[in-house]
Amino acid sequence: MYFPHTPQEREAMLATVGVEHLEDLFQAVPAAHRFPELKLPAALSEMEALLEMQSYAWANSNTRELVCFLGAGAYNHYIPAAVDAILRRGEFYTAYTPYQPEISQGTLQAIFDYQSLITSLTGMEVSNASHYDGATAVAEAVSMAYSNFRGKRNQVVLSPGLHPHYRQTVHTYNDDAMLTFAGEDVDIHAGPETLLLHINENTALVIVQYPDFFGRIFDYTALAEAVHQAGALFAVSVNPLSLGLLRPPGEFGADIVTGEGQPLGIPLSFGGPYLGIFTTRKEYVRKMAGRLVGETTDNRGQRAYVLTLTAREQHIRRERATSNICTNQGLVALASAVYMSLLGKQGLRQVAELCYHKAHYAARRINKLRDYQLWSKAPFFNEFVVRCPAPVAEINEHLLSHGILGGYDLGEDYPELQEHMLIAVTEMVTKEDIDDLVDVLGEVDHG
Amino acid sequence: MGEPLLCEISVPGRAGFRFPEADVPLEKLPEAFLRHELPMPELYEVDVVRHFTRLSQLNHSIDTGFYPLGSCTMKYNPKVNEEVARLPGFAFTHPLQPVETVQGNLVVMYELQEWLKEIGGFAGVTLQPAAGAQGELTGVLIIRTYHAWRGESQRDKILIPDSAHGTNPATSGMSGMRVVEIKSDPRGNVDLEALRAECDETLAGLMLTNPNTLGMFDENVLEVIRLVHQAGGLVYGDGANLNALLGIVRPGDLGFDVMHYNLHKTFSTPHGGGGPGSGPVGVAAHLVDFLPGPLVGIIEEGDEAEDYPPLYGFVYPARSIGRVKAFHGHFGMLARAYTYMRMHGREGLRLISDYAVLNANYLQARLRDTYHIPYDRVCMHEFVAEGRWVDAPDIHALDIAKRLMDHGFHPPTNYFPLIVHEALMIEPTETESKQTLDAFADALIEIAREARENPEILKTAPHRTPVGRLDEVKAAKELVLCCAVSTAGA
Repeated sequence: MYFPHTPQEREAMLATVGVEHLEDLFQAVPAAHRFPELKLPAALSEMEALLEMQSYAWANSNTRELVCFLGAGAYNHYIPAAVDAILRRGEFYTAYTPYQPEISQGTLQAIFDYQSLITSLTGMEVSNASHYDGATAVAEAVSMAYSNFRGKRNQVVLSPGLHPHYRQTVHTYNDDAMLTFAGEDVDIHAGPETLLLHINENTALVIVQYPDFFGRIFDYTALAEAVHQAGALFAVSVNPLSLGLLRPPGEFGADIVTGEGQPLGIPLSFGGPYLGIFTTRKEYVRKMAGRLVGETTDNRGQRAYVLTLTAREQHIRRERATSNICTNQGLVALASAVYMSLLGKQGLRQVAELCYHKAHYAARRINKLRDYQLWSKAPFFNEFVVRCPAPVAEINEHLLSHGILGGYDLGEDYPELQEHMLIAVTEMVTKEDIDDLVDVLGEVDHG
Repeated sequence: MGEPLLCEISVPGRAGFRFPEADVPLEKLPEAFLRHELPMPELYEVDVVRHFTRLSQLNHSIDTGFYPLGSCTMKYNPKVNEEVARLPGFAFTHPLQPVETVQGNLVVMYELQEWLKEIGGFAGVTLQPAAGAQGELTGVLIIRTYHAWRGESQRDKILIPDSAHGTNPATSGMSGMRVVEIKSDPRGNVDLEALRAECDETLAGLMLTNPNTLGMFDENVLEVIRLVHQAGGLVYGDGANLNALLGIVRPGDLGFDVMHYNLHKTFSTPHGGGGPGSGPVGVAAHLVDFLPGPLVGIIEEGDEAEDYPPLYGFVYPARSIGRVKAFHGHFGMLARAYTYMRMHGREGLRLISDYAVLNANYLQARLRDTYHIPYDRVCMHEFVAEGRWVDAPDIHALDIAKRLMDHGFHPPTNYFPLIVHEALMIEPTETESKQTLDAFADALIEIAREARENPEILKTAPHRTPVGRLDEVKAAKELVLCCAVSTAGA
């Protein structure tokens, strides 16, 4: 408990307020409901609480004990020690949103660093200070496109290769008959050209993922051109780590690039907090939701940073704002900025190449197993789909007994992909780990 | 000269963090997809650590000083929370692992749901929303879906008091609802006549912050809720001010149908310079089926006699509005909040609110003679003063706020709520000592004196901060939003 008052101080303060007891401060609360008996346990000391939480943590198996081949939107990467050392600075993590720039230059300049790094990585012109995660960033892209056309275009095309959770989130945010959706039911084997059939004069936005949920890399240049021809906007949801190696969407016509920033130095942490990347072109900056930091000068002539274009935001526009976002992922954005700075130009390329080479080694070896087969011949980055000889849950149970966390069961989201596993490979696994995976997979066959 | 930007300290050819060499045969890279320019900074670890450490030193923070920012509940963030969230068993678990391998996480989430239900008086809780604003969105979507399910889709009107946070109307607007503002009465309560006039068959609900942003507990709250329910509407509780109510009253008992909790306010998870937050949502029994999925439930009962624990897993409510983000919520924040709750227990939770309210009333009492308190009655965890005097006509709340920085304090929230002129909204929280509160009150009284005797020192404040007042017009006009590393000649 964190209360400093001594009994004497408490009495003195009550006297200053002019009441006798603490209870007297709550007269406005309806008496019938005042001071309920909470059916909760008594307090623990810090020592006891930590022990209890440790016992829960130990009840889990984690990706540092198991060999992890699970991805599907969250990836097990190495996080340099310096990242957390910076995050642990109380000056960063115990500060609020930088509304008072004179005493928040640290946070403001760090966000400006983040915006700079993310625009460079994605090849775009402006980045906001972040959204909650990859899913909500896509949902905000839909809102932005809708308001960009002032509601006159009300159809959105979603690729089936966009993360299922992201698509579900988009539907939750927009389930109000203002928008119609198309594209999710096209053949998942086919490339992006199948989406062309759904693009028309009503289309506000087309959204694809890069690499897509199945790990595939497609050339979206022609699709982007068709989208623009139709007068619509083109959004790409990325794995930012892949952009150390791959052409950024800014080079092939994206108007909006969103992404899940978790691979950039953020712990898996059972799904959050993660980082919603949101970038666009300068012409759309006033349509973009979320906080934005700009450079300026102070009254002493120094360069300084401040939240800018705030007139777009909820606290000014209230019900006319396009988004209600207020808190973003400040500290997580900082973590990614430190990560990108530490790795830099060479390290970002190196880690992306490591993932690429290891994933391809794994894919080649698994494809040689008698009963397993790569599902797609498309180029891929660090994740690929394998057709398995048995239900994925069964195979994963067997892998787990060998200390291996197997891939994602695609049958959960795509009925046509029963017995298909999505395998992710990062720099964290060794050749030996991959060889073990292949050996154990080989033990599972039709028999 | 301030701290340079990363793009300015980058040195072409300098290598940063080094990874191991590849231990597998190298695969041919996909030529057609390769990027040719990677204009990222080239630094090494010392550059980076110094850069960000120096930046941190330019911030005011709870760890360095008092932060009485109204409506934000800037209480101390216990260090043990940080240790807990970083335990490898938590930090390195993947969200899609088989549930049998993450029972520890699921117990924490399940227990947190139970605690939040008990504290708020609700029948169900989702931990998924990423922040308070997303909790609001979740709540309003639940209200909309509930009415539609009952065949009353015509209910599209949300009532919002004029003292509300901007997120309330923004959330309603973004959910396709019509917003109607309800004025406050002279005591800071919802004006009952204005409310009655809007209670019709199009009413979807009322979004109510209680205590409101004036720090006042609505004296007619039961009548307000009765009127809305009578008209077929639901009542949404903005839990931003829950720090005043722990063990004092359960919003569910008062009749609130939905409420979001701010774990980053009430339950001590750090604000992180603007996130990550966490905004769980609690609902009454009739709305449990509409919660976003997944929730954590017991999917296989245990047997205590056999010392066989239950199996926890994910469950989806029958008429769920759907998911509001990927995966299951900000687990790292959930683990911190649960640790904090365990360390307070039933009595400690009540003391949080007792002392938060005492501290606010103490400051209000100390400042009452110097600053006009427009709604002057016993406040809850915060109060609003006016930053203006007739005999100091040029001085605004902003000047007082900036001058407070010279005393080493973060200013209160200013210009909010909108219904008070030159508002200074002060929330001290329970973790501050009498000495700190006295020093803050003394500084505000001193500033009030300066306002008359030396107003210029306020108009030009702050004087002792890393930077002075900023040219915000220039920032918006020039729109310099990033600094790219030059790729030329490198």
